[in-house]
Amino acid sequence: MKTQTANKTQNVTEKTERITGSEAIIRCLIAEGVDILYGYPGGAIMPVYDELYKFKDQISHILTRHEQGAAHAAQGYARISGRVGVAMATSGPGATNLVTGIADAQIDSTPLVCITGQVASHLLGSDAFQETDIVGISTPVTKWNCQVTEASQIPEALAKAFYLAKSGRPGPVLVDITKDAQFGELDFKYEKCKGVRSYIPVPPTDLETVAKAAELINNAKKPLIVWGQGIILSQAEEQLKAVIEKAGIPSAWTILGASAIPTSHPLNIGMVGMHGNYAPNVLTNECDVLIAIGMRFDDRVTGNLNTYAKQAKVIHFEIDPAEVDKNVKTDVAVLGDAKSSLTALLPLLNNNTHNEWHQKFKDLYAIEFEKIIKDDITPTKEGLTMGEVLRQININTKGNAAIVSDVGQHQMIACRYSEFNITKSNITSGGLGTMGFALPAAIGAKMAAPDREVVAIIGDGGYQMTIQELGTIFQNKVPVKIVVLNNEFLGMVRQWQQLFFDKRYASTEMTNPDFVTIAKGYYIEGKRVTKRDELATAVKEMIASKDAYFLEVCVEKEDNVFPMIPSGASVSDIRLS
Amino acid sequence: MSEEIKSFTISVYTENNIGLLNRISAIFQRRHINIESLTTSQSEIENVNRFVIVVNITESQAIKVVKQIEKQVEALRAYYHTDEETIYTESCMFKIKSDLLFEEPQIQNIIKDSNARIVTVNKKFFVLEKSGRRHEIELLRRELNVFGIMQFVRSGRIAVTKEEMKISEMLSAFNNQL
Repeated sequence: MKTQTANKTQNVTEKTERITGSEAIIRCLIAEGVDILYGYPGGAIMPVYDELYKFKDQISHILTRHEQGAAHAAQGYARISGRVGVAMATSGPGATNLVTGIADAQIDSTPLVCITGQVASHLLGSDAFQETDIVGISTPVTKWNCQVTEASQIPEALAKAFYLAKSGRPGPVLVDITKDAQFGELDFKYEKCKGVRSYIPVPPTDLETVAKAAELINNAKKPLIVWGQGIILSQAEEQLKAVIEKAGIPSAWTILGASAIPTSHPLNIGMVGMHGNYAPNVLTNECDVLIAIGMRFDDRVTGNLNTYAKQAKVIHFEIDPAEVDKNVKTDVAVLGDAKSSLTALLPLLNNNTHNEWHQKFKDLYAIEFEKIIKDDITPTKEGLTMGEVLRQININTKGNAAIVSDVGQHQMIACRYSEFNITKSNITSGGLGTMGFALPAAIGAKMAAPDREVVAIIGDGGYQMTIQELGTIFQNKVPVKIVVLNNEFLGMVRQWQQLFFDKRYASTEMTNPDFVTIAKGYYIEGKRVTKRDELATAVKEMIASKDAYFLEVCVEKEDNVFPMIPSGASVSDIRLS
Repeated sequence: MSEEIKSFTISVYTENNIGLLNRISAIFQRRHINIESLTTSQSEIENVNRFVIVVNITESQAIKVVKQIEKQVEALRAYYHTDEETIYTESCMFKIKSDLLFEEPQIQNIIKDSNARIVTVNKKFFVLEKSGRRHEIELLRRELNVFGIMQFVRSGRIAVTKEEMKISEMLSAFNNQL
């Protein structure tokens, strides 16, 4: 931390107190407004846990059953609340177990502060017990990280950590603190970080580019908006809605953009990408102006870049300059925070309806409904479908639940069919595709928003990757609803094996345990549904439960998720079967 | 934009922090770009470091890499330049047996013609230093190789740019916001 003078700081208090480094860590967390953190103790972080014990009236620590669970729980907390999630672990394996969650937060821009204990500074580099170079390991998957070896460095390091995690394009940061720094003493004074000279969190909105964007949009005959999580992160939901409504533009979302605009909004035309909706994917290659807002043209969104929206002028509203022209060449890039850019854009837009263009989306939706959606959500075949479970959840939660999904077929179904009335309600691992994300993330989400209904939708594969977090749910009485859609397969991989590997089902079939008994072992009420006539009541019972509830639905083993853009294909070559 | 692969010099102004070298080199590693040379030193500004990185890539890759470097919190600014847009040089040293200086009079001519400098001479060996373009250094190495070189080492490229980079202005703008 050589750059003390480089950081803008704000004086909170002038007087200092002589305290230990570990107490300083807790005092910093409290000063940053942290009420809950998730973690797992161990040798190199014990002084901090000792202080947590003393401060338990002011800050709660939730003991997860694995450090990966702590990281995902902190992510769930951050995603539903917009606040910084905090995870803590000891050195060595504790720290490395956080890495998957950190990588997930990095690619999904989730604000996370991870604090790891480290061996005493005189042991650094000596292969000491539980020593690992976590700063080196986490470098490629953190927005910023640092190692603290002296107690006096702690306040500035943590102030910078919170500032960097939350500001601009959010992301995970990691502060590694040696045990001697925890035991050491310092004159404590906490100053929140207000800026770092080498870091521009939000590039200023250039009104000239906004005007150019407005001109393109006003002259467009077939405009299409694709928004991403940037809308949610910059709290630009209202601004986006105003833009969409004024200019009458059909608007689609990426997986992480879901819920920013209610599902029921007439101009919300669904999800783009590999398993997104038919109309927005096909018409991406027909629109004349493509307006991307707070999204990063992920390969799961674009399919083959050589045939992606080549006919369209592309406008990209983006906070991160490194995303502009990274995958798709833009005609107009509007750098800046989505909220301020859209605020500047709105008055420049003409009122429009684009009725004819909008009708095309309706026509293609009708085709998708007939060929796919109808049979997904109201099936007539014998086997249960994932889609009909989601439909029952929608009915019982009236679209007000936060849906936390894992990764795989059930995730695509959850994102396709969940109805959302409230923003920040779709919590899923998008970029990294981390199986095992949902159960711990649901814990964090429920604790951050105890008044919300939180429903975790998980496959039988991902569930068993972090199933031990049932212990966290039980111990802390976290009333999350857990739905396992069990097809006894790693369904998405199996689907690919069926379509692209001649049905060679290599290591995708699962012989599963009795999940209800396992839930009951953790004193969590549970039920298994195998027949359609039991489903509606079971979902109703689950949602009505005041406590945590486990529902296993045994669905058709070999169902596939469609539509689908095969990898390497063009968005407009999306398959309906 | 030209998709031709050519030599680019990437200049990065950074804070002087542990670990930043890893962060920056990881950006090249992820994209499978081989770093031809990398030099770091103090820059013209107190407490600001400068990286000079030479890579053979396309211009569109250079643009993306520079943006990703700038995105790193502790990187102040990054730029890319073609060889024509920079003044650059490398430095090298030769350790050679002192006997040769007297036995092979041609060596003295080579030293003179190449504008190399004798850093030290003792009974056993002498050390020659030469700064210049790669081809000049290579020529000297080939010429001396005939007589035998005990040790040879060459530095990475250092380069200044013809255009201004305005780091001081950026830093004073930040300070004015305080």
